[in-house]
Amino acid sequence: MRLKDISINNLRRRKGKVFFLILGLTIGITTVVTLISITRMMNEDISKKLDEFGANILIIPRSDDLSLSYGGMNIGGVSIDAQTLKDSDVPKIRQIEVRENVSTVSPKLIGVVEIEGKKVPLMGVRFEEELRLKKWWKIHGAEPKGRDEVLLGNEVAVRLFKSTGDSLPINGKPVRISGVLDETGSQDDFLIFSDLTFVQEAMKKPGALSLIEVSAFCNTCPIEEIVRQISEKLPQAKVTAIKQTLQTKTEALDHFKKFSVGISIMVLLIGSLIVFTNMMASVNERKREIGIFRAIGFRKSHVVRIIFLEALIVGLIAGIVGYIFGLGVSQIIGPMVTGMKGGKIFIDPLLAIGAILLSSLIGILSSAYPAIHASKMDPTTALRAL
Amino acid sequence: MEVRGASLAGDLRLKAENRFYLKRSGPPASSETILKWRIIMNLIEIKKLNKTYESGEERILALCDVDLNIERGEFISVMGPSGSGKSTLLTILGGLNHPTKGDVIVDDIPIYKLSLEKLADFRREYLGFIFQSFQLIPYLTVVENVMLPLSITKRANREQVIMAEEILERIGLRGKGKRLPDQLSGGEQERVAIARALVNSPPILMADEPTGNLDSKTGKEIMELFKSLNEEGQTIVMVTHNPENTAYSSRAISLRDGRVDGNCS
Repeated sequence: MRLKDISINNLRRRKGKVFFLILGLTIGITTVVTLISITRMMNEDISKKLDEFGANILIIPRSDDLSLSYGGMNIGGVSIDAQTLKDSDVPKIRQIEVRENVSTVSPKLIGVVEIEGKKVPLMGVRFEEELRLKKWWKIHGAEPKGRDEVLLGNEVAVRLFKSTGDSLPINGKPVRISGVLDETGSQDDFLIFSDLTFVQEAMKKPGALSLIEVSAFCNTCPIEEIVRQISEKLPQAKVTAIKQTLQTKTEALDHFKKFSVGISIMVLLIGSLIVFTNMMASVNERKREIGIFRAIGFRKSHVVRIIFLEALIVGLIAGIVGYIFGLGVSQIIGPMVTGMKGGKIFIDPLLAIGAILLSSLIGILSSAYPAIHASKMDPTTALRAL
Repeated sequence: MEVRGASLAGDLRLKAENRFYLKRSGPPASSETILKWRIIMNLIEIKKLNKTYESGEERILALCDVDLNIERGEFISVMGPSGSGKSTLLTILGGLNHPTKGDVIVDDIPIYKLSLEKLADFRREYLGFIFQSFQLIPYLTVVENVMLPLSITKRANREQVIMAEEILERIGLRGKGKRLPDQLSGGEQERVAIARALVNSPPILMADEPTGNLDSKTGKEIMELFKSLNEEGQTIVMVTHNPENTAYSSRAISLRDGRVDGNCS
């Protein structure tokens, strides 16, 4: 027989009380696991939306001149020849300190072409970057390959009576329409998208850029920092963060995180209190027993070990059960909070281990005083308490 | 005699001398060693032991200048009316209660000079306790109760079980090891308590009113058991208020008002 056998046998004897002891701690751990899981889901949800949203930083030349809007954003004096952004500026963005947060950099040049008597805005882009940025684009046809293929905005296609496969003369050069965009409801509907260098040549503005759109992974980083660093690299340009509803979402998440921490602390405190009172009652009930242990020759440390072992067993069980419950509850509540579909249960071993460790730690810490109290009991009074 | 306290360091270690003399059939010849032999023969020595309890402003003198020597193999019964200090004496002899004045020397070890943890080790190595009303752990089986003093030793589980079963058989409880204490009669519970006290083969067996909760027939059986244990060489100190029990012991000490046969000034 070892000390652990004494602990286990005692727990088995007090099944009812031990059940409530474990329950108290389990509720705490369940709450913590649920809140962490939901926070993660919300985070995931927001980063996904950030991704869908596309660019969140806009770089335009500094200009006080005429303004032209693009995507609801003021893009300064692009209509006149304020040629302050160049191709050579693009690599500089990739050189900022927090470059790992920069996902896509999409430079573009906007000009106007006359096609069949109609003036149509033409945008030169790098399709590879642009398509990564605008994940919501649906193309009827194919992505343009090479300089002599273009994409048409939905509205442009309607007005010009053109569709996929047709040819289009741009500044006298015939180009093929590789695809037409589905309606986007944005400025993109009114644009012809063509290769950047092709447009630069057609406009006779080699190397020139009207604006650069940057998408950054910013659910975790301060977007202001990226903006500041790009501004340092490109002093001639105006760098703006596109503030959108996502910002409020991120703020809501922050609030939720704080709320979660508060609730977790409170629930865990209550859990600790349950463990503490239960252990204290158990120790007082066992005065006589502890007296016998001490009389037989158990050291104080042996008595402490018996009680800590009990707390550890309770903590381990509560940790495991709490983690499983938390996983289940977050699967139910999570989709309600985030509006995402639940479905897959994601088992994070780190969270599982963390929950079990936390639970054991609370068990032991809350039992520290009862254990020391027990070890200090005078064996003679303990024996007289009959 | 088994060497006690081999696992304990320093002051708890039985002196080599003791073992030397104990193994010999008779005392050595020289007068100096004879004197030593006489001293060593005393397993427990108490000189001018005092214990006062203080409750509020009242000082209660529980033991007053008690002198007592107990030799190996003796069966001492401590008699006295309630309040005479006999329980106090037993707890002090048992290393559970610090005296106000004086020390208890067991096997050359002044036990109350030991640290509390060492004192616990001393109890484990030297003493077997039989408490009033058995004091078995209700959620442990008979075998587990008996193994209790072994659970804090390094002995393997198998060895512990063998030791416990051996002692249970010797005490007449064969085949009842798997039962819980409340499934046993009073006499059987008492026997489990005795088995638990003896499993570690302690040099001294301490018993507090061992027949107090038993009917007279079972009480007699238990006393017979004590007697036979003593005949096998077990030193026993027993506190009792039943004069019949003293007949089984080799020496009876009477306590009155905290003194051995006398009044405390």
